[in-house]
Amino acid sequence: MAAPMIRFSAEGLSCKMCALRSFCSAFTSKKYRNTSQKQTLRKQRVDVVSPSRFFRTASGPLLHGEYEWEDPKSEDEVVNIVVIDKKGNRNPIRGKIGDNCLYLAKRYNMEIEGACEASLACSTCHVYVHDDYLDILPEPDEKEDDMLDMAPFLKENSRLGCQIILTKEMEGMELTLPSATRNFYVDGHVPQPH
Amino acid sequence: MMIPMNKFHRLMHVDVPRWLLKQNLQAPFFSQAHYLSSGTVAKSSSVPRICVVGSGPAGFYTAQQLIKGHPELEVDIYEKLPVPFGLVRYGVAPDHPEVKNVINTFTKTAQNPRCSFIGNVCIGKDIHVKNLLQVYTAVVLAYGADKEKLLGIKGENLKGVYSAREFVAWYNGHPDHVDLPVNLDGQTALVFGQGNVAIDVARMLLKSPDMLKETDITPAALNVLEKSQVKNVTLLGRRGPMEAAFTIAEFREMTKLPSVHTDLLESDFSEIAKIVDSIRPPRKRLMSLMCKIAGMPNSDGSCREFRLRFCRSPVEILPSENDQEHVGGVKVMLNKLIKHPSGKVTSEPTGVTEDIPCDLVFRSIGYGGQTIDEDIPFDLDRGVVKHERGRVHSMPGLYCSGWVKTGPVGVLVSTMNDSFDTGQTILQDLNDGILQPSEKHTGKEALLKQLGDKSTQIVDFDGWLKIDKAEISRSSDSYPSPRIKIVNVDQMLKIALT
Repeated sequence: MAAPMIRFSAEGLSCKMCALRSFCSAFTSKKYRNTSQKQTLRKQRVDVVSPSRFFRTASGPLLHGEYEWEDPKSEDEVVNIVVIDKKGNRNPIRGKIGDNCLYLAKRYNMEIEGACEASLACSTCHVYVHDDYLDILPEPDEKEDDMLDMAPFLKENSRLGCQIILTKEMEGMELTLPSATRNFYVDGHVPQPH
Repeated sequence: MMIPMNKFHRLMHVDVPRWLLKQNLQAPFFSQAHYLSSGTVAKSSSVPRICVVGSGPAGFYTAQQLIKGHPELEVDIYEKLPVPFGLVRYGVAPDHPEVKNVINTFTKTAQNPRCSFIGNVCIGKDIHVKNLLQVYTAVVLAYGADKEKLLGIKGENLKGVYSAREFVAWYNGHPDHVDLPVNLDGQTALVFGQGNVAIDVARMLLKSPDMLKETDITPAALNVLEKSQVKNVTLLGRRGPMEAAFTIAEFREMTKLPSVHTDLLESDFSEIAKIVDSIRPPRKRLMSLMCKIAGMPNSDGSCREFRLRFCRSPVEILPSENDQEHVGGVKVMLNKLIKHPSGKVTSEPTGVTEDIPCDLVFRSIGYGGQTIDEDIPFDLDRGVVKHERGRVHSMPGLYCSGWVKTGPVGVLVSTMNDSFDTGQTILQDLNDGILQPSEKHTGKEALLKQLGDKSTQIVDFDGWLKIDKAEISRSSDSYPSPRIKIVNVDQMLKIALT
């Protein structure tokens, strides 16, 4: 959802399905504190939008998660990432600028949920970001941190997948999906009391 | 009835990926007649057929994991009410619509041709678990924890004492609780408990009803809240701030409510403030937020107040001086905290009591689990099914998932992980040959025929979609809520079955 909304948030519109206006504004105001970065990203996004995107949703923008189903239009916008699944397998994924990591990972059948559909109301898209890339990502805002506090096996490099929007700088980024089942406890892990 | 995929997702407001639309698939919709006429669908004997009891998050997430992990397996989800989604529909607060987005995922699962929703069938009453085990390869109990937990103190029957669970079910339009006689004439409400349900109750009582107008709260509940005189809500906890069960997002929301002052005593936080930097996540951020707010005066003149008080256990609910049948206050025991070497913190009574005047009392001390069928091995003390990694003790083929397995704790993500775990256990048992699909496992077919003979009215997912559509169409420009819930089972059945 987040990705297509970058374009439309400027016009004050929001995702057609979930009408998450507040998220929309939070996204543009907090995630992209650096105005020039925001403008660049927006410009790039407009370039890759083709008229066919409006084919089925003539009355509004794309539904969330749809943008990630589009293949990159050129090599320039390709961002390769690696998703390490719960079994430890490395899955190379060819994404593109503006892709939301939750929906991108879902497209490639990774075991990631996103129950609240990127509206910052759950922590089911919890991922660990490789330390080398942690600083490249925009800082998590308060709402994201609040949701992460509910995630099982929270770590320093925990983030919500739905809040990671690919930029060219994230080329090669590794995201690890947390093992959150009871099997984990067998390995000697002691869940934190709270 | 068959509807082309590219039309039905618009019709039903579900999110279908574009690649799927391009396939121009036909989404199968099973009518009740289709269910009941046996032999319409050719069935292979080797297909594992799994029954899930309960259609809340635990039921749907277990079904999702099973369908995803096996190419042929079929799942039937049974539900007591004619409508699915359990606590997502009847527990999640109306002003948290984003949390309910998970319904879109559940809808996708329910519309998978290998999944059936069978509503308005009460397991343990209409059908027994042992009957299910005869016709299914495995049965998963995912019916949650629905039992009322009492404080067990004098005065609990007084007027003005409510169960938070019932109050939540009331404003969410649960058919069993819509008639709860809620009277909010008093100014001061006291809530026993400091979990997210307690916060929900406080927020609904303190939030301006204008802010609830565009939610799916029932019009009747909104009407009562509009007339509410409640000005102060106090949440009482047995133990200290560190042991409070609510999560930071819910607490922060309270601190940001317009015209509501959050009142925390500085003295409750003086010790915590000294060690706040060494507290481990995820508690650390909540504690630093609370320390920041503690002792702050109501400087902007907020007319309503949200208070947290700690180390107090209920002793007695006191009648009002004017009306001996109505609550007028509570007697609480002051506790001291004992820290055990294991890290566990318990409370111990000091012997000193305190009387707190109030006009309303809510008990929000958690949900209780109960057994629905005497055949199920049940731990009455803990209110959970006896199990090992989801396998119910001494009942081969019987599994459990969600709150009936773990006890009624945790947010959606915990139930999801736990349900996936049970799903994995079943898939593993199928793989290891512990579960053997056989010709006898006919699934819903025989059972539904049997129920049809007993004239039980069954609501399938198509029936729910009709109710869903009817609810959405009941909102109007003058009443701009996303839906107006149908709160009567007979009315639901009438819509679903015509």
